Amino acid sequence: MNFSDSKDRSHRLNNAGWLTTLGAWVLAIAWVLPLFYALWAAFHPAQYATSFSLTAPLTLENFSAAWQAAPFPRYFFNTIVLVLMILVMQLVLCTLAAYAFARYTFFGSSVLFSLMLVQLMVMPEILIVRNYQTLSSLGFVDTLFGIGLPYFASAFAIFLLRQTFKTIPKELVEAAQMEGASTLQILRHVYIPLAKPTYLAFSLVSISHHWNNFLWPLVVSNSQESRPLTVGLQVFSSADQGIDWSIISAATLLTAAPLLFGFLIFQRQFVQSFMRAGIK
Amino acid sequence: MTPTSSHVQAYLLLLPAFVFLVGFTHYPAIGTLIDSVMLALRGGRAPAFVGLDNYQAMIQDPVFWKSATNNLWFALATIPASMAISIVMALWVNEKIAGRQFLRMSYFLPTVMPMIAVANIWIFFYTPDYGLINQVLQLVGIKSQNFLGDPNLALMSVTIVAIWKEAGFFMIFYLAALQTLSPSFREAAQIEGASRWYFFWRIQWPLLMPTTIFVLVNALINSVRMVDHIFVMTNGGPNNASSLLLFYLYEVGFKFWDRGYASTLTVVLLAILAIAGLMQFFLLDRKTHYR
Amino acid sequence: MVMRLTSKKKNPNVVVKPVYAGSYQETIVKSLTAHKSGKPPTAAILLSTDTFTLIDEEAIVPMNTFVKTDADRQWLKSFFPAFMLNGQIDNKTWGIPFQRSTVVMYYNKEAFKAAGLDPEKAPTTWTELVEMGTKLTKRDPSGNVTQWGIQVPSSGFPYWLFQGFTTQNDAILANSGGTTVAFDDLKTIEALQFWMDLSQKYKIHPPGVVQWGTTPRDFMEGKSAMIWTTTGNLTNIRKNAPFEFGVAMLPGNTRLGSPTGGGNFFIFKNAPEKEQQAAYEFAKWLTQPERAAQWSIDTGYVAVSPAAYETPALKTYAGEFPPALVARDQLPHAVAELSTHDNQRVTKALNDGLQAGLTGTKTAEQALKDAQAEATRLLRPYQ
Repeated sequence: MNFSDSKDRSHRLNNAGWLTTLGAWVLAIAWVLPLFYALWAAFHPAQYATSFSLTAPLTLENFSAAWQAAPFPRYFFNTIVLVLMILVMQLVLCTLAAYAFARYTFFGSSVLFSLMLVQLMVMPEILIVRNYQTLSSLGFVDTLFGIGLPYFASAFAIFLLRQTFKTIPKELVEAAQMEGASTLQILRHVYIPLAKPTYLAFSLVSISHHWNNFLWPLVVSNSQESRPLTVGLQVFSSADQGIDWSIISAATLLTAAPLLFGFLIFQRQFVQSFMRAGIK
Repeated sequence: MTPTSSHVQAYLLLLPAFVFLVGFTHYPAIGTLIDSVMLALRGGRAPAFVGLDNYQAMIQDPVFWKSATNNLWFALATIPASMAISIVMALWVNEKIAGRQFLRMSYFLPTVMPMIAVANIWIFFYTPDYGLINQVLQLVGIKSQNFLGDPNLALMSVTIVAIWKEAGFFMIFYLAALQTLSPSFREAAQIEGASRWYFFWRIQWPLLMPTTIFVLVNALINSVRMVDHIFVMTNGGPNNASSLLLFYLYEVGFKFWDRGYASTLTVVLLAILAIAGLMQFFLLDRKTHYR
Repeated sequence: MVMRLTSKKKNPNVVVKPVYAGSYQETIVKSLTAHKSGKPPTAAILLSTDTFTLIDEEAIVPMNTFVKTDADRQWLKSFFPAFMLNGQIDNKTWGIPFQRSTVVMYYNKEAFKAAGLDPEKAPTTWTELVEMGTKLTKRDPSGNVTQWGIQVPSSGFPYWLFQGFTTQNDAILANSGGTTVAFDDLKTIEALQFWMDLSQKYKIHPPGVVQWGTTPRDFMEGKSAMIWTTTGNLTNIRKNAPFEFGVAMLPGNTRLGSPTGGGNFFIFKNAPEKEQQAAYEFAKWLTQPERAAQWSIDTGYVAVSPAAYETPALKTYAGEFPPALVARDQLPHAVAELSTHDNQRVTKALNDGLQAGLTGTKTAEQALKDAQAEATRLLRPYQ
């Protein structure tokens, strides 16, 4: 094999040819199309929602109409509180549980572990009828706490954290033990700091999942007391009068904006944290 | 630490999480099983043991069968398609390709947008005559299609939306896995003069198997769980052509208020997930022998 | 809407807390959910067809409980009779009309002119509908339709639009007790056949299921010269249509007809008595002629009492914009909206059947016979 040949091939292996680049871009454009359309419809008046003439005037009317059509400030508040509450509870509860699974040997550990794994497959929405009954008898219907309750223990988090905790070198733990640290202190000063990428990765997944969650909040919330953005949106776009894409697009952008901006800014960290969390 | 106290400590650590796990997963699962043989079909006054009546009614219910077969097609389409697309996306974004950042962002975008919102935009894409897709079709001489109102197209239309929504999410997992592969593999392949396809199929793909299984399980769960867009786009229609099991479950439980029958449908969903879980367990055992 | 209303409330001792729950479908789910979990709303505006369900769930109290004075009795009689049909069961009035509608036909006057038709004369019979629809259906050189003659939506709740056809063919879908249905009556089958023929035989109507949500948009885009939809879209279309349009009563066959639609005001049983009384006062205030008139002007829904049409506001409005009166004029031909026990499920059976017929999956006869079988099975416990 001569040198130019292998250089060509290595070039091919590393750099994308024009065909690949074209394909990748076509796919990307197709993928972003709905967002492009939302931007178009939201910033132009209603009559241009379906015709794409370049001379169409820009307007912010749709945003103000959308903002006034439903109590968005309240919905934003509800969603932010809900998402943060769930995240905090998950981080606390799942750290403790993962620690137990990772570093303790105890009777019934594999049974309990399997039981936990079940929740990976069976999400609270599947058992929606029964879970609603439970919530109703506890009196938490139409509360943010009620919406968050089934999600406080996340099997996904326990699974990830356990995996990460298991990779923490025993020497570090032993060193801390020799300094007289209690189990909780070891947890706090050794395990948690070293698991930061995992925490970050999981937090991002949890936040985006619960920001966009629909079915369970739909069933649990009855009024704007607890209604999050997703339910607010659906309720507002299924009016008897029919669809107005301009206003719906504006409302959609308002709802998705925080996550969108968050992702745009933290793209790199997003991918990196997944990488370092070693999700395999 | 003495052995006993470490046992106790472990249980204490697990307790808070398990209260919620059991409360909202295991306890209702059993409760649902009981409900399905207890309550009469039409939420009567007091629950009574009705044996397999609910199951019989379900077997005779054409809407149940339609929803189940729809869900099967939905799964058969979304799982391979979204996985394949996500691998391709990850491979592309992993290389030195023009506009990498933009590509990665575009592919991941659908994940951060709430399904319920985006569904409305897709309605515009699918609208007959002046909808975006039909405008393009008509440009190339194809007749306008009624994507959401034609029973032969409705399911496919909602399936496409689901694939679009989840491929980018899976891409991230593959991307992370690709980036942890030792560069020595690539170097070795270069020296050997391997083609791209060979490199992927013989080296990357097997090493990505754990990720593939993880993604597969997620895709499977999603195929049962993703019904948000149906609420907005078709409401299960036309004539149940796009009805999925979880959607039908919601209708029966929260529109018809038939708790017994809804529980029966839930049991079916649980069975499907149980089978999927077992499959994952065996696959995991067999295929991941690299560690 | 309710915000503005409550700021003008008469009685300062009453504080009305409006809870926006979305479309009627969502509101009934929410209200019953709340009722079942012990925290019912005091009052709600729900579809008049949900009355049986609400009674079966023991969720509401009849208005008669609060009607004590002569003035009250007068008030109860002041509404359009057509709107009381769905609310009166067992000689009691369970809900009073608030936001009611009928189906009307919107038509594109410019399209009429272009087709050589008199823009002031909408079709009044099925035959005319087909004739004029044929003239209005335009095709491009490759045979694709650029403008349909007539479009009747069939997504979501096709039964409502279907009731237009059945009433015009002199068929009634359910008995007043809500315990039996006649989906497979010959005249009902004929009505469905006619609707199917519009697209399958005469080719003046789009094929397959037509989306309710995009129908007003379709009209304004010029995709269809005539559409059937709720009078509640009137203000929306008036604001946004780029051409001159007219509103007409639905064309008839054996007779003229349309279902009524929209929401009634219900008072919930498990709410504290004082709140129930306050809700009653609120209901009376809401339906006063001036308020009803303003609501009608703002949305296009029909004002619920004849007195509302005598108010200066509505008189002036109707003078400037005569289409506002069409729905009201259609009321003498209006029938109750389809409503039975276990309403959601029975209606779904009919909806599925209608969609099966319109998409060509089943024949009209088969579709309706199947729907009838399912509905009969569902209603058996109530007979």
